[in-house]
Amino acid sequence: MPAPVTPTPAGGRPRTGPFGYTALGLFTALSVLPLVWTAVAASHDNTRLAHTPPPLRFGGNLAHNLGIAWSDANLGLALLNTTLVAGSVALGTVLFCTLAGFAFAKLRFRGRNALLAVVIGTMMVPPQLSVVPLFMVVAELGWTDRLPTVVLPTLVSAFGVFFMRQYLVEALPTELIEAARIDGANSLRVVRHVVLPVARPAMAVLGMLSFVQSWNDFFWPVIALTQDNPTVQVALTGLGRGYVPDQAVVMAGALLGTLPLLLVLALFGRHIVGGIMRGAVKG
Amino acid sequence: MTAASPTTVEEPDAEPAPGPARTPPARDRGAARRVRRHRWDVRWSPYAFVAPFFLFFSAFGLFPLLWTGWASLHRLELTDMNRPEWAGARNYLRLLHDEFFWNALGNTFTIGVLSTVPQLLMALALAHLLHQRLRAATFWRVALLTPYATSVAAATLVFVLLYGRDYGLVNWVLGLAGVDPVDWQNGTWSSRLAVSSIVVWRWTGYNALIYLAAMQAIPDELYESAALDGASRVRQFAHVTVPSLRPTILFTVVVSTIGATQLFGEPLLFGGAAGQKGGASHQFQTLGLYLYEQGWFGFHLGRASAVAWAMFLILLLVAAVGGLLARLLRTDH
Repeated sequence: MPAPVTPTPAGGRPRTGPFGYTALGLFTALSVLPLVWTAVAASHDNTRLAHTPPPLRFGGNLAHNLGIAWSDANLGLALLNTTLVAGSVALGTVLFCTLAGFAFAKLRFRGRNALLAVVIGTMMVPPQLSVVPLFMVVAELGWTDRLPTVVLPTLVSAFGVFFMRQYLVEALPTELIEAARIDGANSLRVVRHVVLPVARPAMAVLGMLSFVQSWNDFFWPVIALTQDNPTVQVALTGLGRGYVPDQAVVMAGALLGTLPLLLVLALFGRHIVGGIMRGAVKG
Repeated sequence: MTAASPTTVEEPDAEPAPGPARTPPARDRGAARRVRRHRWDVRWSPYAFVAPFFLFFSAFGLFPLLWTGWASLHRLELTDMNRPEWAGARNYLRLLHDEFFWNALGNTFTIGVLSTVPQLLMALALAHLLHQRLRAATFWRVALLTPYATSVAAATLVFVLLYGRDYGLVNWVLGLAGVDPVDWQNGTWSSRLAVSSIVVWRWTGYNALIYLAAMQAIPDELYESAALDGASRVRQFAHVTVPSLRPTILFTVVVSTIGATQLFGEPLLFGGAAGQKGGASHQFQTLGLYLYEQGWFGFHLGRASAVAWAMFLILLLVAAVGGLLARLLRTDH
């Protein structure tokens, strides 16, 4: 949908006109308003939410409902658990994917291209294909409700390997590695003193993307964990299935479970945008 | 993990990588040892670096995939997991004769189309807007990414309330426009539309950024020469932007299709207390939900495994078609 724009005599991209800003504003409102309304709904009570017209202004019950969601719906524990899980997954993904991405980008070894093709091919395997065996193992070992069961299966990511490889191919000069080798550095030292400093910006972006993805991971956690030791998604699923009948509390829970990620987005949004765009070009 | 731990990958004598390994043999033994260690390091450390990925994938991807295949050929009940019985193709045949499997397959396809097509079209339009010279460019990009940061569960819970039949905001707004209340939960098409809208809401901004990245890679000269030829903005979009974006569009179509095939959280939570059914008359039960219902509510893990493999085969088909299209596009140029 091309927008009418003011022509630019100097050439290059056109400046956005009023129509463009209106359209963008509309899209943005549609993106943000459901979340704002979540907070509005969470600030009322069940009786108010069962009335038309729906509330459009903040009520006085927000703190109360957040408190109930925190304790009764177990969201306090869920937030702690999810922070641990998503943090571990992000750390592991960044570490393993940087090493593999470096090897695929800059080191010569037999079978490199074939192995890289395998990495990319693994993206085709959906999580549904592992839940039955993983569930059986977890049940056999009596590991239901243990956090490592949801961390370990997502600790590496093919996307991450590919992402780091694409970054390092361009950002890391091969001469730098050769120079370090001539100085007698072994591979570990090369990684520590040459690769890591160069890779740091991409590592940060990959860490944030992995954190967001792990925070929102749904299918396996819902099967592996119960309401006794939930992640945020599992606790919210409990809310959705009617464990707490008060809709205002449900909205408070949804709000609590999303706020940390909105905070991440507010603080590092520019880098996350950059990461998604950089990952896309070569996709 | 040490840099030079041996891996299981067999490697016949290969030319060592160029570099200091080729320095003339040193006279004293210490130097010889250093050279040997260096060669060993250069040859094996790449395998050590990629090993964690393959170890984890083998343990949590490949091995379960094969196990699921084995389980799909057995009668395997959740209540009695230690006694699988050989069933041959029976689980798969049952699927073919189960109307709910076909229902789920159809719903997955319908909801997939209803969510993917508007999502990508809007993303394309948005990317076009973002690509112009814009005030506060970063602000718009980040704001459009808020749905991406909202989890499936939180987003769906909010939309359930927004789509409420009696007191929901959507029906209230429709009512202002004189439209009768829609039963978003129980209607056949209205509920599919509602579930799709959650997917569209969460992923449009994300895809817009991907398109934007591809648009920024189009050289300005292409537009300038098109403008010199007298092409209008609309024609420039149709004849310069879209053709240059073709590989990226294909990429997003494939990725969105993969996501749509696995759709699970949105319909589960949209269905409330009996969400695994995907609505009172299974009207929005997807393959993912059907698998979950078979395995964890019907206790038939063998049948659930057969569903999982059916999904895998569908994905392979999607990938094959995508690959074929990509090749056709390439020879096109």
